[in-house]
Amino acid sequence: MSETTANSNKDPLNIGGVDYDTRLLVGTGKYKDMEETRLAIEASGAKIVTVALRRTNIGQNPDEPNLLEVIPPDRYTILPNTAGCFDAKTAVRTCRLARELLDGHDLVKLEVLGDEQTLYPDITATLEAAETLVADGFKVMVYTSDDPLIAKRLENIGCVAVMPLAAPIGSGLGIRNPYNILTIVENAEVPIIVDAGVGTASDAAVAMELGCDGVLMNTAIAGAKKPILMASAMKKAIESGREAFLAGRMPRKRFASASSPIDGLII
Amino acid sequence: MNIQLNGESKALSANASVMQLITELGVADKRLAVEINEEIIPRSRYEQHCLQQDDQVEIIHAVGGG
Repeated sequence: MSETTANSNKDPLNIGGVDYDTRLLVGTGKYKDMEETRLAIEASGAKIVTVALRRTNIGQNPDEPNLLEVIPPDRYTILPNTAGCFDAKTAVRTCRLARELLDGHDLVKLEVLGDEQTLYPDITATLEAAETLVADGFKVMVYTSDDPLIAKRLENIGCVAVMPLAAPIGSGLGIRNPYNILTIVENAEVPIIVDAGVGTASDAAVAMELGCDGVLMNTAIAGAKKPILMASAMKKAIESGREAFLAGRMPRKRFASASSPIDGLII
Repeated sequence: MNIQLNGESKALSANASVMQLITELGVADKRLAVEINEEIIPRSRYEQHCLQQDDQVEIIHAVGGG
């Protein structure tokens, strides 16, 4: 690409055959109300937005605004997740319901969780569900651990994006294992999106500087004291991290190297 | 007859269709998905699909999530 900016259409993120002009993907959980959700998503500039599927509360708050009215599917790519699924069967069932809910839309975020405390992915169940979903025609973006071998296996199964965690979901601990993320990125032929664990803007920038294709986050924005301001900070961090990656950082040196010329000193 | 709706028992007139059920619930105009006995009922079949005694019905919608 040319030496301009990365956030122009010249550097799109391609997910499942569709180009996106933003590399920040956001969730819709944990906001104080629908209006804050809407404003934060707008400030983030994200186009791919995750939602969860739950039983409709029959008879309760019939006039409560519907999330899909706040983030309309004609303006955003809705990415239904399988959050809360602890086995492959339930995750697959949830994705099929999502496809019906969204009129045949087949892009899903697969997560099969193994444990309540860590929310770490159950990898064997994730592999099983991914195989079923890919065979069923879904475009699967898959949440996984930062294990490079598993990331490659998920790619080989046919997932359209592999999404390793930076740290446990909702922990905000930042990228705990940058070398694994780097290895995953270097081996990948599908987009690698850090999903979970980012806490603040510098974490998002680090992910992008490592060469990740994008970052998916929820709590880092929704859990900030000022979520809308943090959404804007994250947008900039993703853009600057991406540009820094494309620019190629200077080599690290142990000792100083003067920026001003040595020649022509007055004494 | 009785069905299980989102995990709770609900009385319904015999042979009610899915459309009758969601209309009675006041959610017919909402964006939702319906599953009966773990099988998805496409929106196009809400009128013709009739519920049976003891059907396990799930009605789901999108909520905030990450």
